[in-house]
Amino acid sequence: MSGFNGSTYPGLIGMVNPHRRRNITLSCIAILIFIAFLYLAQHGFILDSYGVRVLRLCMVYSICALSLNLIQGYTGQFSLGSAGFMAVGAYTTAILSMPDETRNAVYYLAPMAGWLQKLHLPYGLALLLGGLLAGVVAFLIGFPVLRLKGDYLSIATLGFSEIIRIVLNNAQSVSNGATGLKSIPATANLWWCFGALVLILLFMTRLFRSSYGRAFMAIRDDEVAAEAMGVPIFKHKMMAFIASAVIAGIGGGLLASVMGAITPVLFRHLMSYDILLVMVLGGTGTMTGAILGGSLFIIAKEALRFMDSGFAIGPIRIPAIAGLRMVVFSVLLMIVVLFYRSGLSGGKEFSWDRIFSRHGKKREKVGSEK
Amino acid sequence: MSVLRTDHATMRFGGVTAVDDLNIHVEKGEIVAVIGPNGAGKTTAFNQITGVYTPTEGKIFFEPIGSDQERDITGMRPDRIVALGIARTFQNIRLFSKQTVLDNVLISQHLHVKSSLIGAVAYWPNYWKEEKAMREHAMALLERVGLAENANDIATSLPYGLQRRLEIARALSTNPKLLLLDEPAAGMNPTETQDLTSFVRQIRDEYNLSVLLIEHHMQIVMDISDRIYVLDFGKTIADGVPDVIQNDPRVIKAYLGVDEDA
Amino acid sequence: MLTLLQQLINGLTLGCLYSLVAIGYTMVYGILLLINFAHCDVFMMSMYFAFYMISVFYLPWYVAFFLVIIATALLGVLIERVAYRPLRTAPRTSLLISAVGMSYLLENLGVVVFGGVAKSFPEVPFLQEIVTIGGFRVQRLVFFVILAMVILVGALLFIINKTKVGIAMRAVSRDFETSKLMGININLTISSTFAIGSALAAVGGFMWGLRYPQITPLVGAMPGLKCFIAAVIGGIGSIKGAIVGGLLLGVMEIMIVYLFPGASGYRDVFAFVALIVILCIKPTGLFGAELVDKA
Repeated sequence: MSGFNGSTYPGLIGMVNPHRRRNITLSCIAILIFIAFLYLAQHGFILDSYGVRVLRLCMVYSICALSLNLIQGYTGQFSLGSAGFMAVGAYTTAILSMPDETRNAVYYLAPMAGWLQKLHLPYGLALLLGGLLAGVVAFLIGFPVLRLKGDYLSIATLGFSEIIRIVLNNAQSVSNGATGLKSIPATANLWWCFGALVLILLFMTRLFRSSYGRAFMAIRDDEVAAEAMGVPIFKHKMMAFIASAVIAGIGGGLLASVMGAITPVLFRHLMSYDILLVMVLGGTGTMTGAILGGSLFIIAKEALRFMDSGFAIGPIRIPAIAGLRMVVFSVLLMIVVLFYRSGLSGGKEFSWDRIFSRHGKKREKVGSEK
Repeated sequence: MSVLRTDHATMRFGGVTAVDDLNIHVEKGEIVAVIGPNGAGKTTAFNQITGVYTPTEGKIFFEPIGSDQERDITGMRPDRIVALGIARTFQNIRLFSKQTVLDNVLISQHLHVKSSLIGAVAYWPNYWKEEKAMREHAMALLERVGLAENANDIATSLPYGLQRRLEIARALSTNPKLLLLDEPAAGMNPTETQDLTSFVRQIRDEYNLSVLLIEHHMQIVMDISDRIYVLDFGKTIADGVPDVIQNDPRVIKAYLGVDEDA
Repeated sequence: MLTLLQQLINGLTLGCLYSLVAIGYTMVYGILLLINFAHCDVFMMSMYFAFYMISVFYLPWYVAFFLVIIATALLGVLIERVAYRPLRTAPRTSLLISAVGMSYLLENLGVVVFGGVAKSFPEVPFLQEIVTIGGFRVQRLVFFVILAMVILVGALLFIINKTKVGIAMRAVSRDFETSKLMGININLTISSTFAIGSALAAVGGFMWGLRYPQITPLVGAMPGLKCFIAAVIGGIGSIKGAIVGGLLLGVMEIMIVYLFPGASGYRDVFAFVALIVILCIKPTGLFGAELVDKA
């Protein structure tokens, strides 16, 4: 008998996935294979140094896309401030991990500020500090900005991102101004990038299986209802914002090391657009999507490089046009935005179950009658 | 001391007075109904009580859980009011559409979580215990309302009637002392309405609640309420026990032409 | 004293340019509740249109001026058709993302078509000539800008209040769904909004190019941000607000740089400070109306 008087249920135990063992085994095998691949790549076997660099960039952009996913995909706050937080992380990491000789060479227009000269940190700590500093900046920005509704938040975060860039452009003795930093030590090899990516993935997976993750998603789905269920909205938006910024800062710190040179121009609004579109390309609200989008972005940019130097489609010869690949990429993105809004991942996370259910088993359509 | 008491609560939006000098009270264990034609200010009154609106004038007092002293909750933030013990449902169902039935109920318990975000992510033992307790509590609630089998379904995939039940379960999950139900019977057929009537009584008894509800279904209102307030254009035009209200000429006039199955 | 007034005039001129672009933002937001991120790129495109018409095709400036306006208006309509109309029933976030995507596309397209190296906006000696009036030395352009502002705003207010299209625009921005039911041609109304906003941005762009002749595909980014902020300060959705906001921002920017020359590297920052201030004090802006969505 249905109704409000209750009915029997199978209990918590029945909800465990029957294929759990298989899934965990498969995941472990996949990870081991990937680690082996990384090992070989790092030592020059499968990929050349160019390929390794591309791989590192893929991971860095995936991390940045994950950061945006946290605040936007999961918590529903439309933030265009990625570039600013990445810049904070990048500059902090680069400056602190640069050895003295390099500093003197790089800061040739004006010497580095006195208080800064004494600060040195090993790369790992500099990276962490970069992330934390980005978090602090987010905390400060968050107060005025997180009370704004969707559209205004995007402009406000974009604005703050630009302010950070302008400050970096002007603070000659700290950031070396418009010249930027070069000869940044390339400490962030495949293992650093992969390690950071894995840790961040672990963090986010754990987060979104916890009560806090549910609260974030509730804010995304219906802020008014979330508040009516006792979730302190501002506090949680702030938490998500800070966490997102810390991850972006780490991404920026890794980026600085992978690229070897950074300037304020790198972190203009186009970078925030890049990260947003990467996330959308992969599929907003999924971690799988962030990784897919980030990787595809970098790989496509490289793969389409041939367009910039002239190529032929059959009998038609297309001349060398600098920047053509970005236009093609932009058009591709617009197509995804307009017609495939849930992105490459289709809004779902990667799951072994779905792969296996495609083979053979007939899918039953379950009616929703009650 | 009343569980809930509004003291000349008034709500003005520009030139419109949505709620005019509202003085209602709810005693422990009572089921009180607020009725009136559409636009009479009922949901606005709810919004004042739950902190969504700050009354333009007047005050609202509530006796929090575990206390017998009333507190001035006028203009308090909605989530704080929930923590004190008031929960609500919405006129237009506001479930968390992309989440499962179980998750919807789990979210209402978030306010009771003591671990920090870091603690939760790091899966410290304290948090693990909390999570387990939350899940058990949530499943118990779902079983109570008959939704346990649907625990892993996406909330909006449920039929309308079940979604309403879920909303109530979700509100109950916050451990309230006072439950505000905004048109809980909307869209229900007579059988479901009967079920709802006994359900509300049962949860009032089982969970030690007081209930304040807005309804248009006169059947439920007359069956279930201990007392009724009638609003029209923001003003309270009548209050009293169901028998008295049923025969009050002003109430009948206000409702003239309104179909009972609104 | 003279210099102060001189700078005030500079500020007002800049303010007029900001207002012209801000109106486009506010109108589109009023109707679609969308921040048209691509608007600043329409502004940028108008400058390149002018460049090609005058410097490459040797059209006289007054002819080019009107052609640029028409071309830019068409561009605005095209953008709406391609990037926004297909998503009219989609959630708001999708629209915002499309706007970002469109801006991204236009900027990358600009780099390809026009090259990343800065081009020089054509010279129009008639307008750029400096005339002396009562002790002030100003470019003739300043009068042109103010005159253009008065005429255009007058025309705009006439359209909004007296023509069918204009009334339709106001109706749609007040209540989208009901307007549809009342038989208003939504597509035409929205296209007109984009056309007008883009046309005004073109006038602003033309003047901007004359004042600040270095143009790049990203030249619109920062002014665009500031103009949106101007619209917010004035009250998003309000044309009056966009005008006042633009003027305020222009004057403030010039005056602050004049009074604190050492801070000139940070001149763009002040707009954002103003944004935060207004959002903290009166989030709906100077002339804005409340928007409540509860329960």
